[in-house]
Amino acid sequence: MNGPVGGSSQPLLHVSAPPHIRQNESVPTIMLSVVIALVPAFAASIVFFGVRALALVLVCVTATVGTEAALCRLFRRPLSTGDLSAVVTGLLLAFMLPPGLPYWMAAAGGVFAIAVVKTAFGGLGGNLVNPAAAARAFLMVSFPAAMTAFTPPVNGTLFGLSRALDGVTSATPLVYFKNAMATGNFHPLDLQDAIGSMVLGNTGGCLGATSGLAIFIGAIFLLYRGIIRFRTPISFIGSMFVLSWIFNGTGDIFSTEAFIIPLYQVLGGGVMLGAFFLAADPVTSPMTPVGRVLFGTGCGIITFVIRKFGGYPDGVCWAILLMNFCVPLLDRHLRPRRFGERKQRE
Amino acid sequence: MPSPERAIVPVLQHAGPAARILVRRGDKVRVGQSIAEPSGPDSAAVHSPVSGTVISVGDFPHPRGGRGLAAEIENDGADTAVEMSGMDKPWNDADPMEIVERIRACGVVGMGGAGVPVQAKILPGAVKPAETLIVNCTECEPLATADLRLVKEHAVEILTGALIIRKVLGAKRALVAVDSGPGGVMPCLATACKKPEFGDLTLAPVAPKYPQSEEKILVRTLTRREVPPGGTCADAGCVVLNAATVFAVARAVLSGIPLYERVLTAGGPCAAAPKNLLVRVGTPVSAVLEHCKTDMKRARKVVMGGPMRGVALAELDTPVIKTTYGVFAFESLAPAVQQYNCIGCGRCMRACPMRLVPAYLRRFVDKNMIDEAAQWGIADCIECGSCAYVCPSKINLVHYMMLGKHRLAALAKGEAA
Repeated sequence: MNGPVGGSSQPLLHVSAPPHIRQNESVPTIMLSVVIALVPAFAASIVFFGVRALALVLVCVTATVGTEAALCRLFRRPLSTGDLSAVVTGLLLAFMLPPGLPYWMAAAGGVFAIAVVKTAFGGLGGNLVNPAAAARAFLMVSFPAAMTAFTPPVNGTLFGLSRALDGVTSATPLVYFKNAMATGNFHPLDLQDAIGSMVLGNTGGCLGATSGLAIFIGAIFLLYRGIIRFRTPISFIGSMFVLSWIFNGTGDIFSTEAFIIPLYQVLGGGVMLGAFFLAADPVTSPMTPVGRVLFGTGCGIITFVIRKFGGYPDGVCWAILLMNFCVPLLDRHLRPRRFGERKQRE
Repeated sequence: MPSPERAIVPVLQHAGPAARILVRRGDKVRVGQSIAEPSGPDSAAVHSPVSGTVISVGDFPHPRGGRGLAAEIENDGADTAVEMSGMDKPWNDADPMEIVERIRACGVVGMGGAGVPVQAKILPGAVKPAETLIVNCTECEPLATADLRLVKEHAVEILTGALIIRKVLGAKRALVAVDSGPGGVMPCLATACKKPEFGDLTLAPVAPKYPQSEEKILVRTLTRREVPPGGTCADAGCVVLNAATVFAVARAVLSGIPLYERVLTAGGPCAAAPKNLLVRVGTPVSAVLEHCKTDMKRARKVVMGGPMRGVALAELDTPVIKTTYGVFAFESLAPAVQQYNCIGCGRCMRACPMRLVPAYLRRFVDKNMIDEAAQWGIADCIECGSCAYVCPSKINLVHYMMLGKHRLAALAKGEAA
């Protein structure tokens, strides 16, 4: 019986390193869960922005998945679209676009996300920055006018109030806020009224980013599944809230509006979508718990600074991109204390 | 199960240098006869598991992969044994050195993993004095139940073994670690511990969560002390021995029986009659699998050890050795499923009981940055497999850890030379 494996009836035995059992969770199941978690926001976008939202999402997803498939073909690599990560990128990109954006621009964003940001850096797991966020940045600088032309929801107003506001023609809640603060033409009560619409998402803004509630439902699902960890989004939203509360611009931190303003800041623009779906993306966020807190806080601080002092009404996308670049640094210097390692190291 | 028709007995069944072979082709041997002697203080004797004739001494498949020197013994079926007897005085009157010598002569090694010869762990004067003896009655891996079965049937012997070792060590306390989960052996041990002679032993329930049974993890759970990197449990003032080992110690000291058979869990998903078996060392895996009615047509992978840490065998006539706690036949090829790139999710890091970052270690090993890997503590890895188990990209992380350690050792050797 000495000799090669088996004999006549025994098929060859497989030899590999342990362990010999594995968990069922895999990259495709994780990506599928993210897609599922994005469904509420997708539904909200169709409710508020109609068929055009659906069309834009389809265009983006087709562009990302198509690009990935074409590149796999071109470089003679096994088809990698089965891991569903391109679908997630397409969805997230579409959710960060204004509903009226021309289809070809959206498609260009999708191609950029996959070809330049993802595949050029080694495909899944190799990208330094979030492909969807980078593609949005690319569109912002390439087509600034189209990227800031917001159309109102089907049954609502841009600002989210049933009555029209004097002097507010085409603006998202954040644009209104920025102008109001700049001109001193400030109505705390308007902000308070708008919050309800902002939670639901019935305001002007990017496709899938307006509805805080829908995003939150999806996020709860991901947190429950253990796919995103709470540290990044909580520190992002938390730092954003605290900063906009302390530096609320009214000079008083205990008045009613001092609490309305940070709530408004967190619900407006892309903070919710960014915190739960872009910043918490495992590839482009740190691994260590401390790293995640610093990363999230950094995102919050940069967003706040851009909104308060910068030229853009929203800064989430830039904040995430900037912090993405810090991830290797954070991970390398914040490795956990090894088992048995003394606390004070020389 | 019955003793094998042909036993293949490797001279290396423990951690440390292989034993020196004492028999030649044609020699008659009896059960329990020493066929290889320790070649140093951290080597262990090997005894014949059957009576019969040595038909060859040569290279045979070794359970750790590859091949190794072994004696092939044809069983005459008579089971004629050498004379085995207990010590001439009760163990509690004996000199500790005398007890250790007996354990050494009987070739007792750690039976839950690496197989460190027991005398190397407890020899007075040679090891750091231990405050605490931990008798590990928890199961080492999922699917394995051999130790639990042993505890159920031989609780008294195991506890006596604990007292013997405690005496040798002069340890202040002796803890009996046991899974606290339902359906475990805790009630059975608790009853045994109530007997007055075991009053000095303390039952220490721990959560049944892999890899709780790893000695360094167990030491931390029970004493709150962490073994420093590169250290052993002795550095935390502990000696950890598992139930099977302590049982073998008791048998050696009380009845003079050398370690030539052990209890192991046999089966796996392909076996129609999986069970715990008392198996002679040297029994080929094929015989064990046959005994538990394994459908070998379905089996794609045969693992010696457990599902998390076991070695996948290439040859079915690989013999059971002293450290074999399980033999399993699997249908699935778990690590061979599709792999993806690392997505940096950090699950491996959260799963690692040694608080390493397997994802980074893999990257370093992959790029042959062995210095970095060493800095990030690759040598601390206990190869428990938790990281690879949770990895959603299905990366063979343990493979990389082993490769990295291997390269690190080669590097250190090169520098020393």
